Amino acid sequence: MSQAAAGAITLYPRRPMPGMGVYNLKLGMWVFLLSEVMFFSSLIGAYIILRFANLDAYAQPGAVLNVPLTAFNTFVLICSSVTMVKGFAALQTGDQRGTRLWLLATVFLGAFFLSVQGIEYYQLASEGFVPSASSYEAEGAAIYGMTFYTLTGFHGAHVTIGVLALIFTSVKAFRGGYTPTKLGGVEIMGLYWHFVDLVWIILFTIVYLI
Amino acid sequence: MSTVALPEYVHHYHDPAHADDRSFVRKYIFSTDHKIIGIQFLFMSLTFLLIGGLLAMLIRWQLGWPGRPLPGGAVLGETRMPGGIMLPEFYNSLMTMHGTIMIFFAVMPLLVGVFANYLIPLQVGAPDMAFPRLNMASFWLAVVSGILMFAGFFVEAGHAAAGWTSYAPLSVVPEYSGVYNGQVLWTVSLIILGFSSLAGAVNYITTIINMRAPGMTLLRLPLPTWALFITSILILLAIPVLTGALILLLFDQVLGTGFFIPEMGGEPLLWQHMFWYFGHPEVYILILPSFGFVSEIIANGARKPVFGYTAMVLALAAIAFLGWIVWGHHMFQSGMNPMLGVGFMATTMVIAVPTAIKVFNWIGTLWQGNLHFHSPMLYSLAFVSMFVIGGFSGVFLASTPVDIPLHDTYFVVAHIHYVLFGGSLFGIFAALTYWFPKMFGRTMNERINKIHFALTFVFFNLTFFPMHELGVNGMLRRVYDYTQYALFQDLVDLNRFISLSAFALFASQLIYAANYIWSLGRGARASANPWRANSLEWTVPSPPPHGNFDSMPVVYRGPYEYSSPESEEDYLPQDAPPAEAPRPEPAPTFA
Amino acid sequence: MDWGFPENVSTFGADIDAAYGAIFYATALMFVIVQGLLVYCIIRFRRREGRKAVPIHGNTRLEILWTVVPFFGVMFIAYTSASVWLDIKSPDRMPEDAMELSVTAQQFEWSVTYPGADGQLATADDYSTRNELHIPVDRAVRLTLHAQDVIHSFYLPELRVKQDAVPGMEIPVWLQATATGEYTLGCAELCGLGHYRMRGTVNVYSQQEFDTWAAEEAAIASGAPASLPPVAAR
Repeated sequence: MSQAAAGAITLYPRRPMPGMGVYNLKLGMWVFLLSEVMFFSSLIGAYIILRFANLDAYAQPGAVLNVPLTAFNTFVLICSSVTMVKGFAALQTGDQRGTRLWLLATVFLGAFFLSVQGIEYYQLASEGFVPSASSYEAEGAAIYGMTFYTLTGFHGAHVTIGVLALIFTSVKAFRGGYTPTKLGGVEIMGLYWHFVDLVWIILFTIVYLI
Repeated sequence: MSTVALPEYVHHYHDPAHADDRSFVRKYIFSTDHKIIGIQFLFMSLTFLLIGGLLAMLIRWQLGWPGRPLPGGAVLGETRMPGGIMLPEFYNSLMTMHGTIMIFFAVMPLLVGVFANYLIPLQVGAPDMAFPRLNMASFWLAVVSGILMFAGFFVEAGHAAAGWTSYAPLSVVPEYSGVYNGQVLWTVSLIILGFSSLAGAVNYITTIINMRAPGMTLLRLPLPTWALFITSILILLAIPVLTGALILLLFDQVLGTGFFIPEMGGEPLLWQHMFWYFGHPEVYILILPSFGFVSEIIANGARKPVFGYTAMVLALAAIAFLGWIVWGHHMFQSGMNPMLGVGFMATTMVIAVPTAIKVFNWIGTLWQGNLHFHSPMLYSLAFVSMFVIGGFSGVFLASTPVDIPLHDTYFVVAHIHYVLFGGSLFGIFAALTYWFPKMFGRTMNERINKIHFALTFVFFNLTFFPMHELGVNGMLRRVYDYTQYALFQDLVDLNRFISLSAFALFASQLIYAANYIWSLGRGARASANPWRANSLEWTVPSPPPHGNFDSMPVVYRGPYEYSSPESEEDYLPQDAPPAEAPRPEPAPTFA
Repeated sequence: MDWGFPENVSTFGADIDAAYGAIFYATALMFVIVQGLLVYCIIRFRRREGRKAVPIHGNTRLEILWTVVPFFGVMFIAYTSASVWLDIKSPDRMPEDAMELSVTAQQFEWSVTYPGADGQLATADDYSTRNELHIPVDRAVRLTLHAQDVIHSFYLPELRVKQDAVPGMEIPVWLQATATGEYTLGCAELCGLGHYRMRGTVNVYSQQEFDTWAAEEAAIASGAPASLPPVAAR
């Protein structure tokens, strides 16, 4: 910018640089998330088709799944999106301490979500609800277990990757790696995290509520 | 936000004042330079092209001389060709892997891995890709995937044998297919390849949107870059669907779930829907880049602007869009609701419209031109001619009633080879030859290329055109021994003719391979712009240095200003300043 | 070897063949036009020293023309194809009074189940044949396809029938033969190692011969000795 300010050189003789006015990292993350949308759409599509083909095999969600526990967990994940936003906002104003604390809070909430999901899986498995042939004779058939664990499991995998990336981002933040003019890493972390959160709201609705 | 006023280049344009001091490993093996990665993809996919071709030769042996021992075939082992006689299980693996390797490891990386990497930054005027390290990861993931896929030939009970489409439940249950780990390796390899393609697509899209040089508006992009841009969008959105399907398949294969097993509540047709929802966009992934190369080369050969540039771009986009709503035409006889078949027939037929636009625009580009028949031009003209035949046979298959007798016969085999070999592969030959001087700084032997062109054109047609006739006669594809059927017994002679033509076709390709390898080291030195072309890659030395451009190029016009009255030459580079405007000050480097 | 489809012996086969013929001539015409233009351009506009190409960027009127004409062309093909297709495949349009048979595909054989004397499937007097489909001529037959293991495809080239048999699904097919004789039954979907030998025959009889054959089979199935005269056609 200093060059342009000096007036010595006209940077763009005919028209400004084309492009989105968005830096590469952010654009790349948006593009990547589009592919994630297609990935989850394919799984959700498969879920819908299999469920309609086997209406009897799917018990009322409340009969098998612990809906209140997961509703609480959903609330936790939404809170983690809020802390993520707070962290980014703090970074934009140059509040390094705030950035670090809010990022840590997000890590904690994400890990908490995963722990609750682990407990839920453990409880369901001990009741005999497993994703294979001999699944849950009482209230559902094999197909219910398979689709349930696949959908929630892939979301869980995405949260796990997110938590690991958040830990990395936090460490970098503690080392002062981000500034108000160099905040791409935190911003794309946030984009990913909000996406994972949004997917969960959809999954919670179609797997647990409907 | 002020922080994004300037593009954030991760690295810089070429600085002639500084020597390139990267180590050998950084420069040629774990390189982040888009040009090296493109060339790495080139040699990987040409190797697979050769392997895939050899598999096809084995298939043609069995079809030409069913049950006859192949001289020397016994070296392939007791479990494949005891005494040189091919076993049915090996035949099924061969045809599965011929399809898989050609589509995923030869044609797709040749079109996208090679040319998207090599051309996009050069054609948009960028020093490299947006994410060079991700780009490197993309290549090495493809290598891992390729090794896994190749390893499948050596596992017990043989390689995947359920066809490249891997229809469930055959692909799931080992007791049905007789294949164990081979099928799992197939699935895992393609999942990994999906990540590779995805990393590439994110890179290409970001680079094209964000890293164009000043003046390079979207409607000034060369058509190869446009085609690769649209292809990348298809890859970005289609590959995750395949990955989802493959993951469910893998769970069925190894974890004992039953997404595609009816006894467990699964749906065999779900696999087909998911596979073809990916699979039809995939078909366009395999042809659109060739559309782009051929448009570029025909304009160059004709010394004329591309006829209807905007229509060409819109037609590409229309084909890509329609590609999402036609997948059911692969499933007309699958037991899908016949009313859906009617809908899919209608959408499929509509695709003929943008395709026709492209063909007529290519002819329009030739009209009143001054045609130079250099070898890339010959390959490109053959592309147009052969692709048209593939398009016409597509109309037969798209018509639902006519598809009843033709589905799963050699008519389909003829159709796909006219599109993929006559189309994509002729486009690839054109592009490989056209950009060879830029990639390696040397020129291929033009006379040998023309011989290769003539032989390929003749033997291609002798091989694949009679397959239409086989298909009309009802001969089934994917059949180890068609002479089992009394109805097909008099097709042996025609099959033998096809096999002989195929052997000659394969041998002709060795001529090209030899010329390619010889020219790498011994070809005549190439100038920066041997074809007298307009786009930005021809403004830099051959091969371009690390960082591509000495400084940020400035673009003043579209890429096809051939024979323009503005210029005394019959071409006008995109970065040549207009005569009336003052030359701009030297653009700054962002160092 | 004939230069065309195998001899057609089904009622709707003629419609398929006609649709094929129509598309053949339409595409042949377009083939001649397109390849002719291409060859004309290649010869007429080949390189001449000192000539400069005419820098035409496009022609909107022409481009609209070659967008609209192909559109109506292919839509016409789709429109005419649709009714032929639905007549063959749509369960709603299948003949009501057809003879009902059941076909089960498994690796690597076809078994056909016939209703016994009561004319009802899934009753005690049903009987089956392996890799043989026996039907009377000039009579509509409705078959329900089942698959036991993997996907197969019920393929009768001379009768212009091809329909996948999918495990977990019951898929109806109908056909009506127009000539007696022995024809091909095959599997058109890759179904494993023995796919290439999963084939059989279709025997189309006159109604009288069919009745004789059916009575004999029924008798064998019920355990009684066959007292009827042998069928001439066999």
